Formats: sequence, C-alpha cells, structure tokens
Amino acid sequence: MKVSNIVKDNFREDKLPHIWCPGCGHGILMHAIARAISNKGLDRDKVVIVSGIGCSSRAPGYMNFNTLHTTHGRALAFATGIKMSQPDLHVIVITGDGDAAAIGGNHLIHACRRNIDITTIVFNNNIYGMTGGQYSPTTPTNDYGTTAPYGNIDKTFDLCNLAQAAGATYVARSTAYHARIIERYIENGLDNKGFSFIEGISVCPTYYGRKNKKGGAVDMMKGLKENTVDIRIANKKPELAEGKLLIGEFHNSEEEEYTARYDKIIELFEKE
Amino acid sequence: MEKNIRLLQGNEACVEGALAAGMNFFAGYPITPSTEIAELSAQKLPVIGGRFIQMEDEIAGIAATLGGALTGKKAMTATSGPGFSLKQENLGYGYMAEIPCVVVNVQRGGPSTGLPTSPAQGDIMQAKWGTHGDHPVIALYPNSVQEIYEVTVDAFNLAEKYRTPVILLLDEVIAHMREKVDLTPIKDKEIINRKKPNGSKENFLAYENTEDLVPPMADFGSGYKYHVTGLVHDEFGFPSNNSKIADVQIRRLVDKVEKNKDDIVKFEEYKLDDAEVVLIAFGSTSRTAKESVDNLREEGIKAGLFRPITIWPFADKQIKEISEKVNNIVVTEMNLGQYVNEVKRVSSDKCKVDFYGKVDGHLITPTELNEFVKEAVK
Repeated sequence: MKVSNIVKDNFREDKLPHIWCPGCGHGILMHAIARAISNKGLDRDKVVIVSGIGCSSRAPGYMNFNTLHTTHGRALAFATGIKMSQPDLHVIVITGDGDAAAIGGNHLIHACRRNIDITTIVFNNNIYGMTGGQYSPTTPTNDYGTTAPYGNIDKTFDLCNLAQAAGATYVARSTAYHARIIERYIENGLDNKGFSFIEGISVCPTYYGRKNKKGGAVDMMKGLKENTVDIRIANKKPELAEGKLLIGEFHNSEEEEYTARYDKIIELFEKE
Repeated sequence: MEKNIRLLQGNEACVEGALAAGMNFFAGYPITPSTEIAELSAQKLPVIGGRFIQMEDEIAGIAATLGGALTGKKAMTATSGPGFSLKQENLGYGYMAEIPCVVVNVQRGGPSTGLPTSPAQGDIMQAKWGTHGDHPVIALYPNSVQEIYEVTVDAFNLAEKYRTPVILLLDEVIAHMREKVDLTPIKDKEIINRKKPNGSKENFLAYENTEDLVPPMADFGSGYKYHVTGLVHDEFGFPSNNSKIADVQIRRLVDKVEKNKDDIVKFEEYKLDDAEVVLIAFGSTSRTAKESVDNLREEGIKAGLFRPITIWPFADKQIKEISEKVNNIVVTEMNLGQYVNEVKRVSSDKCKVDFYGKVDGHLITPTELNEFVKEAVK
C-alpha cells in the first residue's frame, strides 16, 4: 500500500492505527492539521503539539513532532509556558470540548485574552467519549448523555463566541465533513501571529450518536453538511440559517502578540 | 572572589539563589506569604533575558513552569498551602514525565485558607504524598535567609541532576524574616545542568532505563521529536498498558531518588556527640530547638539537635543511628505530628520518642520547648 507523503512526513507510522472508534471524525481533523503543517512548510523540529485528556488529546501521540500529552484541561497552560519560554517554536494545541471548555475553560479564556501565538484546534464531538458518553458543555440542550438520562438541562456553550469575546484574534469553525475548508482555517490560524481558535465539529457515533438516535457514522457525517450554514450565506439570507449551526471565519484581527510585547521589556535592558 | 553582603528577606534570597542557579523562567500565581518570590522574579528575569509570566491560576502556574522546563529552561514556581494543594496533579505529572523544575511552598497555617499570614509546618506529609500514586520526592527545607539562598541552588541542581521537580519548603517566618546574606557568586562548577542526549535523533529513548536511572533529556525544538505523557510509557515515551513496563518504569522513578539518598540527604548536627536527648526540628522551628539545646545544657541536660535540611527522602539511616545511641528523641514541629511518625518508624525500641507540636499560628518558643523536654526526660 502506498503511503502518502502527508502521512510519511507528519505521522509516527509505527503508532498507527489510532485508538478512535470506527466512524469517529477525529482522524479527519488530525489529518487536516497535518496537511496544514505541510502546506505551510513549517520546520518540523520547531513544531510542538500539546493536548490535554480525552479522545481528541490522543492525536499528538500519532504525530511526529515535539508532542506533549498533558493533564485534563491544562494543555493551554502548558502550551503557554512553552511558547512564552521559547517564542520561536510553533505551538499547536489539540483539545476537546470537555477539555477546553469545562475543566480547561479558565485557561482558554486567558490564552485568548493574552493573544499569545498558539493555534488551538478543538475537536468538538459534543460528548465525553473516552469516559463513555457523559454530557459536555457543548452537548445540545435536551440531548441525552449517560449522565443526562432524562435530557440535558444545560445551555450549550458557543465556543467561538467565547473565544472571540475573550480576545482571540482568529476565530473560525468548520467540521470534519468540510475537511478542505478546515485545513485552510488551520493554515490561517498558523499564519496569524496571535491566538487562533479553530473549532472542528466532529462526530461520535459510538456514544453521542447512539444515545441520541443520530444514525450511523455516515448519517452523522451527512448531518454535518446538512445542519450547518456558512456565516456569509447566513448574513445574506438569515432564513437559511434557522436552526442550523454557523460555520466559517468569524473573526480575524491584527493585534500585538503576547511574547512580542514581552520581548520589548527584555529589549529595554539590552540597550543599557 | 569579592563578597556581596546584603540584608534580604527569605523570599528575596530564594530568588537570588534561583538566579544564581540559572533560573531563566518563572510562572506563578500570587499567594501570601510567597508573593515576593513572584514579584522579584518579575523584576529581575527580563533584565537577564529571562521570562516571567503570571498565570490565571495555581494549576496554570505549575503547568507553564513544566512547559518552560521542556524547552530547556531552568524554571520555578512559588506558592503556599492552598496553591500547593492545587498544584498537586501537575506536580505528579512532573514526576511521571521527569521534568526538572523547582516548586517553592512557603508554608502557612491550614487546612484550607487557614492562617494566611502565620507560619506552620503542616505540609510535610503533603510534600511527600500530596499527589496520587507512587512517585519520587525531593523536598528541601532551609532555616535561615543565608541557607535559603544556598539551598535554592541545591534545589535546582538536584532537579537537573535527577530530572525531577524538587520541592523547596519554606515557612512564613523564614520567608519574611530579614537577615544578612552573603551572595558571593556560585562557581560555575557548582551549577548542575541536565544531561542531554548526543546520539541519533531517530529512535531517541527519552525514558531509557539507564544504569544511573536518569535518562538524558532533550529540549523541545532541538530536533529530538519525542512524546511526553503522564500515562505509563515505554522507553520512547509512548503510552503502554504493559504491566511489566509499568512496574519497571515506576520502580525506576522511585529508585532514582531512594537509591541516591547519600547524595541527596543533607542535615545539620549540633552538639550530638555526648547528647542523651536529641531534638529533631527543621525550618524556623529548628532555630527554637537550637536555642533550647543551649538552654537545656546550661541546666545540666545533655541535649543535641538533628536538623534535616532534606525532608524527603527521609534521613532514615541517620535517625536510626541516633535512636540507637540516645535515651530520648523529642521531635518538634508546627503541626500536630507529621515527621515524628517517620522518626518513630525508624527508631530503636529502646529510645523514647516524644512530640511537641503547635498549630495556633505562633512559633514554638524555647521556653515552652525547654519545659516539654525536661518533662520528657524525667
């Protein structure tokens, strides 16, 4: 079997196959990150990929870079230490909806606020998969999880709104269905000198799908196409967006990056 | 070498020691009574081209410290009681992933928010068992401002030598007390830097079972693209469920400290040669105990002091020897009995071990300790 250059260049082939269930969307998102890194021609020795805990966070182990699989929710805090201490490294964080928005929510808003140059990709599958299907901050209201046997009473967290409000300078959302589009968003995130937040909607047929009668993997993947609408279309024809999830590039601004601001403090003393 | 004599607070001496040891990264979160360590680090690090960051919470403080250490920096964080509790999970990560750094815990009254501005020694056992699972612990505890300067250097050196987080215990009294300090520069040869790999960048064994139990560590960004995880991992660093690999790895982690006790355990002995009763104390309490030894000797009681500077690993050999020679040991701590239980564990049956403790936020005074020892030896 011929192995693509994307796999050869970016993956630890001896660590594959991955642990994700058949039909999981995470592999598509992981591959999109690899393509974005290849497209950008980043120096692989200088790329650090950091994750927390959960299904999403197993991704770095398969990827042939400097990889750090940290504690639950803390990927951004470790990543901030790495970027702050060695700003020439390209720091990428792979995290999940529970990891980023529940246990790691505080780190997320502060990483956004600082505008530190880290590209964060959230693999959002709307559920805690690794622990067996408990509801997460992005589980839709009224949907079911093993800890929401009578329906989820929580309000769903819009992570892109959160990231933008907290100060991220690049914010975008796409899905595992839109593999080429999210690849481009990740490239844009890598280009942005500042904090980039890319939400990748994934699918979990094993837990979320089964609990909520969403059909099989193919049905769920089709659902990503059918139940989303690009923000540019939604802006022109709001009626098309009714009841659908907005995808697209929500925010892109230029602001001074955090480690660059600190460099200026160091420079004060170099002049003396 | 020219002398550099200064009047400094304990927390300030800690930062001076850290800088002398090569600290170039600090990440932390403000908490009384450790805050001056962060403040002075913020002031001094950019001047030498180092970097400081105040994180959003205590957990992030140690996480960023570990992140900095992975890029090759000599990194430190500082905290106190409640913050030390919050840091425990990532401290365990640091032991498991073998990431050298220094974690300062300026002890204050607990439990919970406790007595934020009062001294205590209630974190002795937390320093050893605060994080879950079996793990190696090196914890040092100086007792003067001068010694804080020197022992902070030791803390960095041990972290680098054994590739592990090192806990530096202080208490509110020695952290805020001001004393004369000789900041004579530390000679280069007294500074230890972590062992780095020089072999092939392919198939690098980041967690090799080396003979000395401490595998070399590569900086992130240096071309050794390895994997770091808190899961049980093989010698490459990749997660493993293999029970043999788990057993070998966890035993090596613990052994790299336990089998090097002769190198790690430091202590002070005071008037032990002819002592019949030996006081055991550390940190600010040991200053009281030293005064008591002199007072008791004036009253004809042959007292001595054993002061562990290394709290963990435990000085079992030294304390066992003492217990075989003397009739009485009196352990005194600003808690309700922590280190004393370890002393009892290793002591000879013939030696009586008594404990004098206090948790009201006040230092133990020589007068009250004198009275207690006199009763104990009756």
